[in-house]
Amino acid sequence: MLERTKILLLASLLLCGLASWGLGGISPYYYDILIGIGINIILAVSLNLVNGYTGQFSLGHAGFMAVGAYASSWLTLTFGYILGTHATGTTFMYVAALLAGGIGAAVAGLAVGIPSLRLRGDYLAIVTLGFNEIIKGIIQNAEPLGAQRGLGGMVQHTNLFWTFAFAAITIYVVLNLVHSTYGSGFLAVRDDEIAAEAMGINTTKYKVLAFTIGAFFAGVAGGLYAHYKQFVHPEGFNFLRSVDIVVMVILGGMGSTFGVVFAAILLTILPEWLRAVSDYPWLPEWLREIAENRMILYSLLLIILMLTRPQGLFGGISFSKKRA
Amino acid sequence: MSDQIIEFLQQLINGLSQGAIYALIALGYTMVFGILRFINFAHGDVYMLGAFAGFYTAPRLLQLFGGGPSFPGATAVLLVAMLACATIGIIIERLCYRPLRDQPRLTVLITAIGVSLFLENGGQYVFGADPKSFPEIITDRALEIPESWGALSALTITVGQVIVVGVTLFLLFALRTVVLHTRLGMAMRALSFNPLAASLMGVNTNIVISFTFGLGSALAGAAGILTSIQQPSIEPLMGVNAGLKAFVAAVLGGIGNIPGAALGGLLIGLLEAFVVGYVSPTYRDAIVFGVLILILLVKPSGLLGKTEREKV
Repeated sequence: MLERTKILLLASLLLCGLASWGLGGISPYYYDILIGIGINIILAVSLNLVNGYTGQFSLGHAGFMAVGAYASSWLTLTFGYILGTHATGTTFMYVAALLAGGIGAAVAGLAVGIPSLRLRGDYLAIVTLGFNEIIKGIIQNAEPLGAQRGLGGMVQHTNLFWTFAFAAITIYVVLNLVHSTYGSGFLAVRDDEIAAEAMGINTTKYKVLAFTIGAFFAGVAGGLYAHYKQFVHPEGFNFLRSVDIVVMVILGGMGSTFGVVFAAILLTILPEWLRAVSDYPWLPEWLREIAENRMILYSLLLIILMLTRPQGLFGGISFSKKRA
Repeated sequence: MSDQIIEFLQQLINGLSQGAIYALIALGYTMVFGILRFINFAHGDVYMLGAFAGFYTAPRLLQLFGGGPSFPGATAVLLVAMLACATIGIIIERLCYRPLRDQPRLTVLITAIGVSLFLENGGQYVFGADPKSFPEIITDRALEIPESWGALSALTITVGQVIVVGVTLFLLFALRTVVLHTRLGMAMRALSFNPLAASLMGVNTNIVISFTFGLGSALAGAAGILTSIQQPSIEPLMGVNAGLKAFVAAVLGGIGNIPGAALGGLLIGLLEAFVVGYVSPTYRDAIVFGVLILILLVKPSGLLGKTEREKV
């Protein structure tokens, strides 16, 4: 099992390299969408570890993303050329900054994980939301990070290879973790916390671990995002961005990595597709009108999904042969 | 009297009138939580709809009462907005929350987020995303403070602030009467105490829940109009921040506890005014949420709430 997943990871990393090389001449518009898909996959899969597998409803994932984005940007802006201006040196610094951003976010995740020991359900959702707002508030007041003006001037290091390599690593880590003996603790905490505790499972440790690992990858995704857009602004990491990621996890089905990846891809493409649809001249007026107001459609879909299939599109369906 | 004390009193007055708004919205959160045990995320957007109901009906209603800003006209606008919001609140509950009553609370919470997004985006489509100027339903001017009050005459108190605090107090007492002295109010309390036992005693659960939503939404609608008297610029996303702050207020007072929501609202309003006045306006949101986290860590049941043990 372990060997097979390692081979799969290496194969997908190789594929990332090939794809990055082969898709070099693709139009900037599609390139933009592809990068968006990769980043959203990392965000959704990592949030799924917290929301889906461990059952701790977090509404603050964009806050961790902000920590990673700002930390890594500050690092590359300050130390980017410490190893010289050659591409190898700056790329090395870039990857180091991404990981450091991830670690920074993980520390923030640890700080959120600790209150989660006492709270559950709705309360936890609100606390994580509060943390998101606090992180935003701190950035808005931090002069070295550009405060309310935003932070810009990063070199565009992020490309398809790095984005999808990190997406593959995220999926690999999350899947391996929850399908290991160790990881069944996450599922136990989700399914019945009191029973899990009675069986001698250290629920505290699992909850904090889920938050920390989830936040780490959100931080990496933030770093990738910052070094792609070359500009970050505190408002880009608000409550609504967190809700975006939550919707991906819910649509895909909490606790189904495959479903969540699918939903991340779908929800990145769908708005762009609807934008294109609203320009088709041969469509009836009312259909174009609907496509133009895609956010209304999006929220209606969420409500209807909850009313008809609350477990998400792929919830409860496992694609692995071996049961965890 | 020194300038510092005047400054302090001024922040107190500003905080009080903002806190009254939060208190009105927080009541809706707390009543729904008390009965259904879930956070109605769409509540802040009902407050926004209240402001827009006033925006569209005020010109006509003011015509009925002589044209210009007048007290009876403003009362009519307030009542119409409350009625409109009560209807919307009941419809939301009927269509979106009632079918999910037996589902896990998380499902309902996510639905509420969906409803909230729908109202925000629908609002941007129907009303337009740009801020609208709320019609003047009552002339908001600074009150003349007589010279004989000495140093206190340096304070600025507006008509709007007096009306906001006055109407809020009136609504709070009205709510108290409804909850404590009517049959429906008794049913509400019974339901929040033990839903199963209440329904076995012949309480019609559906009607009571609809009534609770209507009551909470009406208060949010009133808050929408009262805000617009003081800050006559309204937009479809105005409910997001106000809703979150009011929720913090409800948690601070002890969620599910009606006097707690009113107290929490006032405290959050005062805290905000003092942070803006003495620290920095940019820290306002971060500090309010910091208080929330602190409260949840130290006393999750809130200031006036009772601790509930989770039973297996």
